[in-house]
Amino acid sequence: MTAFARTERLGSWGRTASFEGAVARPRFAGDLPAVFSDPERPTTILAHGLGRSYGDSCLNPGGGMVSMRGLDRILQLDPAARVLRAQAGMTIEEALSILTPKGLFLPVLPGTRYVTLGGAVANDVHGKNHTTHGSFGRWVRRIGLVRSDRGAMQVSPDDPDGLFAATVGGMGLTGLIAWVEIALTQVQSTDLIVEDVAFDTFDEYYELMVNHGDSDYRVAWIDCTRPGYGIFTHARHAPIGETQPHPRTKAFAVPFDMPGFLLNGATLALFNRAYRGLKRRRHGPRRAHYSTFHFPLDGVRDWNRLYGERGFRQYQCVIPDAGGREAIWEMLRVISKAGDGSFLAVVKQFGRLPQPGLMSFPREGVTLALDFRNRGQRTLDLLHTLDEIVLSAGGRLYPAKDGRVSANHFQYMYPNWRELEARRDPAIQSSFWKRVTRA
Amino acid sequence: MTAPPARRVVILGAQSAIAEACARRFAAESASLVIVGRDLGRLNEIANDLAARGAAQVHAAALDLAAEQRPAERFLEWGHRIGGVTHVLIAFGTLGDQTRMESDVDAARLALETNFTAAALWALAAADLFERQRSGVLVAIGSVAGDRGRRSNYVYGAAKAGLGVLMQGIAHRLHHAGDARAVLIKPGLVETPMTGHMDVSGRLWARPEEIAAIIHRAGAKGGPVVYAPARWRWIMLAIRALPAFVMHHTRL
Repeated sequence: MTAFARTERLGSWGRTASFEGAVARPRFAGDLPAVFSDPERPTTILAHGLGRSYGDSCLNPGGGMVSMRGLDRILQLDPAARVLRAQAGMTIEEALSILTPKGLFLPVLPGTRYVTLGGAVANDVHGKNHTTHGSFGRWVRRIGLVRSDRGAMQVSPDDPDGLFAATVGGMGLTGLIAWVEIALTQVQSTDLIVEDVAFDTFDEYYELMVNHGDSDYRVAWIDCTRPGYGIFTHARHAPIGETQPHPRTKAFAVPFDMPGFLLNGATLALFNRAYRGLKRRRHGPRRAHYSTFHFPLDGVRDWNRLYGERGFRQYQCVIPDAGGREAIWEMLRVISKAGDGSFLAVVKQFGRLPQPGLMSFPREGVTLALDFRNRGQRTLDLLHTLDEIVLSAGGRLYPAKDGRVSANHFQYMYPNWRELEARRDPAIQSSFWKRVTRA
Repeated sequence: MTAPPARRVVILGAQSAIAEACARRFAAESASLVIVGRDLGRLNEIANDLAARGAAQVHAAALDLAAEQRPAERFLEWGHRIGGVTHVLIAFGTLGDQTRMESDVDAARLALETNFTAAALWALAAADLFERQRSGVLVAIGSVAGDRGRRSNYVYGAAKAGLGVLMQGIAHRLHHAGDARAVLIKPGLVETPMTGHMDVSGRLWARPEEIAAIIHRAGAKGGPVVYAPARWRWIMLAIRALPAFVMHHTRL
């Protein structure tokens, strides 16, 4: 019997790309090697977690997909040594609900808890503490891989042939990630002490970042419609309090695709002002559960439907500190001139800790994340202009959020790409990788 | 308030997606578990996870559930391992290929024996145990397919219907045995490896975790027949009420 019996449709979060074809759903570790030897396996396959990548890096049209969600077991949890080894399909949400009652925590959290551990490694995700903790991959001690040519194997950071570094941030191309072993941190409380500070110029943002350099987490939201205005938020783990996982209550779900036109220049300006006004009214630090601080959007299920049935484009870049300020300013100017804008423009700092992956996105500098309602060619043109600003400032884009960067630009941003291509499992491919490695 | 006494649960057919999701709920409450299935490697994979999720003890037992001759002895043996048995979940079964079973006697026999005969013998042994203890909850997974014969899966449905009547009888019997109870769970369409070949895109499909939550709740309280999710009670009421001349024109 074949594991690829079922035809399914799988999407990505931006809803601009999708996959329809054979999907295997392995449930046990022993099923993974069988996926490769399956008589009806499509020529190439790709692992799929929760489909929270925004573009086409988690899709493989023309080939097959392997949903990893059935492999979500803990293999080993050692609270004393603070190590978790779990199958790749376990989500950060599940991991946190098991870890937090024991006072354990994941050292790096992305902006949503609906990400699998395998996906977190494959995209080397980052959080709001990159300057002190680096990216997710920096905490990974071993990875279990299953390859079509080498079978089941494990790799660690001291791996001489570079397969570990290629796998961290390797977009799932170096083999099926079967399990991940990660070092944990300890927390006294699952609450954070959070403070919002409004700023009116971009210089103030930099000042705040520096002044609060000792906070555990730092992030800023900026008003795209009025460059320079924004809210800086910093947080630290509460020194004492309860250790409670996030509540299991069902979040409000967006029930249908909103008409895209509802997101226009006027509503955007209105939203941005209201949001900033609301935040400004709160003075001083407050206590908040980690889930409301780290995962603000997880409170609304299917929030991607707010952008209408045509979906949206995410855009996240990092720009080196030298010239970063000017480049971001220029990007915001171009965006507001184009009459487009983003509801949630987020700025964070990346530090100088060494990147664990060959293709890790984070590097020292400032990172800006934006989203744009998909308006077809018009949006693509705008993003292309932004690419040029990023490139000339020596920056690069985040593959997990991309679905359209040109092969030329990509190869310039990630000169290491050939080293990943050399270590790619020949039976694994993605739509993103095919696109950006085109000659 | 004192904590409820720890649950000691035996799960038959523990490799199924629904059973594993149930086991995780019990493990999170520090239950002691015996998980029984066919493949020791897979059971150990599940057992490690359950222990890490908080189970007080997990014992994996590889066994051909359909061939076991002495179910009562097995319950005693497992009871010794985990300090008694408070819950038994019968979760094994096989869907079978309806078309093949219409012409292949062995295939039909296998489905009938697994889904009815074996499940019934385990249920009877558990009923004996709980009657003597005057406590314990026996939960068996039936199916809405047992509510009305339909051409797409009536062999499976017939076995599950038989199991349903048996569980009904056991529930009646245990009513007079202290706190002991028996519950039949009737899941509707569930997205599991068992239904892996079907199109699961419709709104009626439930995830194994949803069914597990209902089974877990049924272990604590509730009536002897529980549809999972509850909407299936009304759907099946309607389907049972369909006159034959209408039913025979459908492709259900």
